[in-house]
Amino acid sequence: MSKTMKRALYFILTLTLVTPVTAFAAGGAQLMHMDVDLSDRESLQRGARTFANYCLSCHAASYMRYNRMGEDLGIADSVLNENFIFGDAKVGDTMTVPIDKAAGERYWGVLPPDLSVIARSRGPDYLYTYFKTFYVDDSRPFGVNNLVVKNVSMPHVLWSMQGMQRLDVSDHKDGTHHAPTYADLQLISPGTQSEEEYDQTIKDLVNYLVYMGEPVKLYRSKIGIWVMLYLFIFAAVAYLLKKEYWRDVH
Amino acid sequence: MANSDNQVINALVGLRDWVDDRFPLMQNWNEHLAKYYAPKNFNFWYFFGAFALLVFVIQIVTGIWLTMNYKPSAAEAFASVEYIMRDVSWGWFIRYMHSTGASAFFVVIYLHMFRALLYGSYKKPRELLWLSGMAIYLLLMGEAFFGYLLPWGQMSYWGAQVIISLFGALPIVGEELALWIRGDFVVSDVTLNRFFSLHVIAFPFLIAALVGVHILALHEVGSNNPDGIEIKKNKNAEGIPVDGIPFHPYYTVKDIWGASVFMIFFFAVIFFAPEMKVPGTQGLFLEGANFIPADPLKTPEHIAPVWYFTPFYAILRAVPSQLGGVIAMGLAVSLFLLLPWLDRSPVKSVRYRGTNYKIALTLFIISFLILGWLGLQVATPLYTWMARIFTVVYFLFFFLMPFYTAVDSDKEVPERVTS
Amino acid sequence: MENSNIDKSRRRFLTAAATVVGGAGAAAAAVPFVATMTPSAKTKAIGAPIEVDISQLRPGERMIEQWRGKPVWILRRTEEMLSGISSQNDVVSDPESDKSGQPDYAKNEFRAIEDEYLVVIGICTHLGCSPNYVESDAENPPAADWQGGFFCPCHGSRFDLAGRVYKGVPAPTNLVVPPYKFVSPSRLVIGDDSGVA
Repeated sequence: MSKTMKRALYFILTLTLVTPVTAFAAGGAQLMHMDVDLSDRESLQRGARTFANYCLSCHAASYMRYNRMGEDLGIADSVLNENFIFGDAKVGDTMTVPIDKAAGERYWGVLPPDLSVIARSRGPDYLYTYFKTFYVDDSRPFGVNNLVVKNVSMPHVLWSMQGMQRLDVSDHKDGTHHAPTYADLQLISPGTQSEEEYDQTIKDLVNYLVYMGEPVKLYRSKIGIWVMLYLFIFAAVAYLLKKEYWRDVH
Repeated sequence: MANSDNQVINALVGLRDWVDDRFPLMQNWNEHLAKYYAPKNFNFWYFFGAFALLVFVIQIVTGIWLTMNYKPSAAEAFASVEYIMRDVSWGWFIRYMHSTGASAFFVVIYLHMFRALLYGSYKKPRELLWLSGMAIYLLLMGEAFFGYLLPWGQMSYWGAQVIISLFGALPIVGEELALWIRGDFVVSDVTLNRFFSLHVIAFPFLIAALVGVHILALHEVGSNNPDGIEIKKNKNAEGIPVDGIPFHPYYTVKDIWGASVFMIFFFAVIFFAPEMKVPGTQGLFLEGANFIPADPLKTPEHIAPVWYFTPFYAILRAVPSQLGGVIAMGLAVSLFLLLPWLDRSPVKSVRYRGTNYKIALTLFIISFLILGWLGLQVATPLYTWMARIFTVVYFLFFFLMPFYTAVDSDKEVPERVTS
Repeated sequence: MENSNIDKSRRRFLTAAATVVGGAGAAAAAVPFVATMTPSAKTKAIGAPIEVDISQLRPGERMIEQWRGKPVWILRRTEEMLSGISSQNDVVSDPESDKSGQPDYAKNEFRAIEDEYLVVIGICTHLGCSPNYVESDAENPPAADWQGGFFCPCHGSRFDLAGRVYKGVPAPTNLVVPPYKFVSPSRLVIGDDSGVA
């Protein structure tokens, strides 16, 4: 490699490395982190079930087809018809709900957003934290509030599993107020699931939402490996060809 | 066997001659490839022109295919993009090629321009070459801006709203001009429809034509090189530059090898990181907020342009006056046009320039990068002051150029190219 | 430049290798572009099997449904119509439907699962127009001794009430019978024949 080329590569490497590092230093909101695992098919199937049972009655996912989900997650059409499709949709249809804007505004003050690509706009950590930080707040229409989405319009749909939490910031004896954190949430009435079980339920659900945001993500990088392999071979041949011709140049 | 081989070759030669009698096929082949003599000392930086051409072709081809399924209407645009991403076989691949291609275009163009700054490629006799290149760059910015509206997400919508409002800041005609560009009182279906037309027809045609002009201009004056020496001044008895080699096969094979390495990076992004979600961002190539459909009633909390516009965006924000910001931003882009006349040094290449230019160029690149980073951040008082300082540095590079280049401690330029 | 010591065979080999590897890559890259132009998941969903209620269809009547965007005719044939079909065996060009398109269970005299019901795709096998239904007592029958059938306005092809093409017209084969099945005596599924022997 020539000297300029090395220098140029250093230049570009520095560019690509420095930018994200400095950007990270300025990072923002405090969200709980979860590792998304799209290779865990059972988790995705459980998440799909939670999604169909708890979300899909008010939220649509109008870019996602039932049978695409079935194909990707290994769910047979008959199972889709029995356990996932409520109403007269066919397996080839997208996941729509019969709620229009007016009805949405009547019930919740806002139309529940379409969830097809929610994981792409919000990111998994946001959703994970959101599902775990509902707490009792009698001043709200549905009696709950949320730490991620202040004055949330959605009821705590998963409360039967998680139970109800209370936000308690009163234990500061010096009387100072501090911004509520996740540590201030306490379970006041248990749900049908233990804390670990609920955590897993949420992880499954978020895994599923990430999958649904970009179904091709399941196999995109697998194709990518083959493409890389091919390009390395082609680059090697091209390099030898270039080397051979450039023997003429002195 | 050998006999039939010969017959095939003879037939092909016959066909070529038949065409050649009617069309200057061999003449063009020779002028632009086989007998176009390029300096033999091109280095790494000379790949980016070829890469730009490659990305242009990728954008045109993937664009044609996207247009087969995209719907340019406010009601359907967002859904049609998701349709491409899910329902169309391999649609995601073509869409990611196009979205990655947009960013890749600016990466290679910026590096291509940086090469010109390094080796003085804009200097006499290459002023028109430089100007045609700058025209391509300006058109490309327009093309990217129009294209970015098409997915009809929140970033698309509000980005277009902000940039069109820049025109609204111009005195007297501003408001009318912004209204004319939008064709409506806000960005709307009307705007989307005309941007689609400009993005898929008008600008690609213009860019293609100018790329042709750019290459013709290059082949008229000949390529510059890392030594900044005119190889045409030193020809052998047959009139061939002694430091030149035919573009084909030498640079065709070299560019193929370069392109194969480029494609490794390009496809790595497509398959492994299409959003380019580096920490601290919501995605540099595909922004998170753009996965929320456009909502004319609600601006996203944090709105920044795509990374390739952010240096200029930071300059816009740095100036504490609406009109002043717009003017500064316009200047920041267009001052490049004056480079051939601002630069007074007799030497082209940074290799033989004095310390003045080396320092100035380094400071300029640093301020360009930092401004680009600042443009991605939410403005804080500290960041605003940083942006102001680097905006000044950015402009001083141009404004002071006639002075520091005139008195620079330039070195002796050799007669022949070095390796 | 010196051309004296060029290893021509190595050069030729590497050029060929680069051409082959690059060509294979280009061919592979073309696959996604060709694939995007095949019917999408949405198109396939719209083209899914349809269920048709035929309880209101009276003898001698025809109804038109759309499956995969194409007209599908369901004709309830009377005894008279069926005997009319049998009388045409000598003047139709493929009486046994040997060269024509239909599922095996419809490759019989009346080209149907139940003789009473004809289910065919109403697209002429010549160049894709949709023929008209012309009853036996029409004022200007398209041919002498007309037993009822279908007449294509584009190029004059004629078909009998089993969708069989007459001799001497441009259409090469009989009208196509789509896959279908009865889920009950009065309900048909068109586009899906799973479970039909």
